[in-house]
Amino acid sequence: MRTELDCIVCPASCHIRIETAEGGEVLSVSGNGCKRGAQYACTEVKNPVRMVTGTVPVEGGKARRLPVVTSGPVPREKMSAVMEEIHHIRVCAPVSIDDIMIKNVCGLGVDVKAGRSIGRRQP
Amino acid sequence: MKKYELVVIGGGSGGMAAALAAREQGVREILILEQGEELGGILLQCIHNGFGLHTFGEELTGPAYAERYADRVAAEKIEVKTGTFVRKLGRGRTVSYVNGQEGYVTIEAGAVVLAMGCRERPWGAVSIPGSRPAGVWTAGTAQRYLNLEGYMVGRRVWILGSGDIGMIMARRMTLEGAHVLGVAEIMPHPGGLPRNRRQCLEDFGIPLYLSHTVTGIRGRDRVEAVEISQVDGDRRPIAGTEKTFEVDTLLLSVGLIPENHLLEELGVSLHPRTRGAVVDSSYETEIPGVFACGNVLHVHDLVDHVSREGEQAGRAAAAYLKRGGSAPGPEAAIEAGPGVSYVLPQRLLLPDLKAGQAQVKFRPSGRFKRARLELFLGGRLLGTVRKRYLEPAVMETAGPELFAAADWDTWDGEALSLRLTEEEEEP
Repeated sequence: MRTELDCIVCPASCHIRIETAEGGEVLSVSGNGCKRGAQYACTEVKNPVRMVTGTVPVEGGKARRLPVVTSGPVPREKMSAVMEEIHHIRVCAPVSIDDIMIKNVCGLGVDVKAGRSIGRRQP
Repeated sequence: MKKYELVVIGGGSGGMAAALAAREQGVREILILEQGEELGGILLQCIHNGFGLHTFGEELTGPAYAERYADRVAAEKIEVKTGTFVRKLGRGRTVSYVNGQEGYVTIEAGAVVLAMGCRERPWGAVSIPGSRPAGVWTAGTAQRYLNLEGYMVGRRVWILGSGDIGMIMARRMTLEGAHVLGVAEIMPHPGGLPRNRRQCLEDFGIPLYLSHTVTGIRGRDRVEAVEISQVDGDRRPIAGTEKTFEVDTLLLSVGLIPENHLLEELGVSLHPRTRGAVVDSSYETEIPGVFACGNVLHVHDLVDHVSREGEQAGRAAAAYLKRGGSAPGPEAAIEAGPGVSYVLPQRLLLPDLKAGQAQVKFRPSGRFKRARLELFLGGRLLGTVRKRYLEPAVMETAGPELFAAADWDTWDGEALSLRLTEEEEEP
């Protein structure tokens, strides 16, 4: 299979082509200007990973929504599964930045944590 | 009338950095006026990560980046008034604001830093034929609704403009369950960063239609469909290329404009390119003691650059207060020549040039692979710097090396100009 992508490693934005075999094995990389580009392209084809961010409702806080973020990148195809878990989070203020909302989300070895602190709303 | 040494208008990334830098220089009575309910500005709704690589050496979300600065503002015990809207700025540096606790109040400031940020170009500023139903939003407004209030503005979405905010909203709405049918970009190349094109569009199979624009909106009460057309080299729609997509929402990501109503009311003329104030190398505007930084001065692509500029403006304001007046010495005007869209600051202080401390920021007007950046004084070439891979979406800087070769002692007041040319390909 042939995949084409623009490299994001540096501003040169090389247009890279990657040929892969049936089993996902990389056969050839072309169009890259440097080794880091080839590495990026192989990772993107074999095991692309992404950070996931979202917001969840907060009770009694100075803000209404708490932004959350994964503590590290997750496999790209697991993004929706992680979002599904994020949608179940309900929190009460106060919250501190980096508080863990979900430990080891979907068994991926990363946590979902608070993206900011939110103090209690004064009654 | 209550008097402060320094009043900072706007508590986002630029304003917080300016206030902190001024404090570091020993300015005691500082007041930050912020229209939102808390410090942070637009960062609070930018929940994606990728902020702060230059400032903190790690990739943070927008709210986390804002929190680090807000914590420092609190630790420095800098006075902040939130929920406070500045209504008027006077030439004598009076600042009139309004809020729920004090009503309408006028204060006096020794120096003022403008850090009000920018706003989105609205629907009315882009000519789209068709009806005017509900369901058309600027991308940043939709982002605010979703990330700060928890409301989705639609389920089937089309996006006009491939700027970063539009692409980031394409991903965000997709992850929240909406169907984003496509993005139309009037230019032949994408507007935002390659990273966002990859991670926000290609990851989700969202098609990007280059050289296309929205030529019609259908629907009476609510958007029912958009029509897009291909455009020619002059960005005119080509008849017969229309395609229709059934959507309930159209998001606009068609540019940002510095929020300069305070200066406009004062009759200060804004720079035609940046739409911000004209400043000298200490970021002072044409009004003595009034400085500007961040997106209110020119629209930035990285928050780290906004923070740096805020620090420069804050330090300059502190120096102004210490000196009891503007920086002395003549100024050399510098303008954008061929290949350069704008250069900032627009006036360079001669002492800075002599001391080898002059620095300029500029944006190229097009894409360059290997560019020669040249500084001219009248018709004479003063300095050359080589730059690689320039594009309009990325702001560039050039330092003292560009100005070093000139003899500033014999300078006769002539204006400088900055030019970009593509170098010949290597054989």
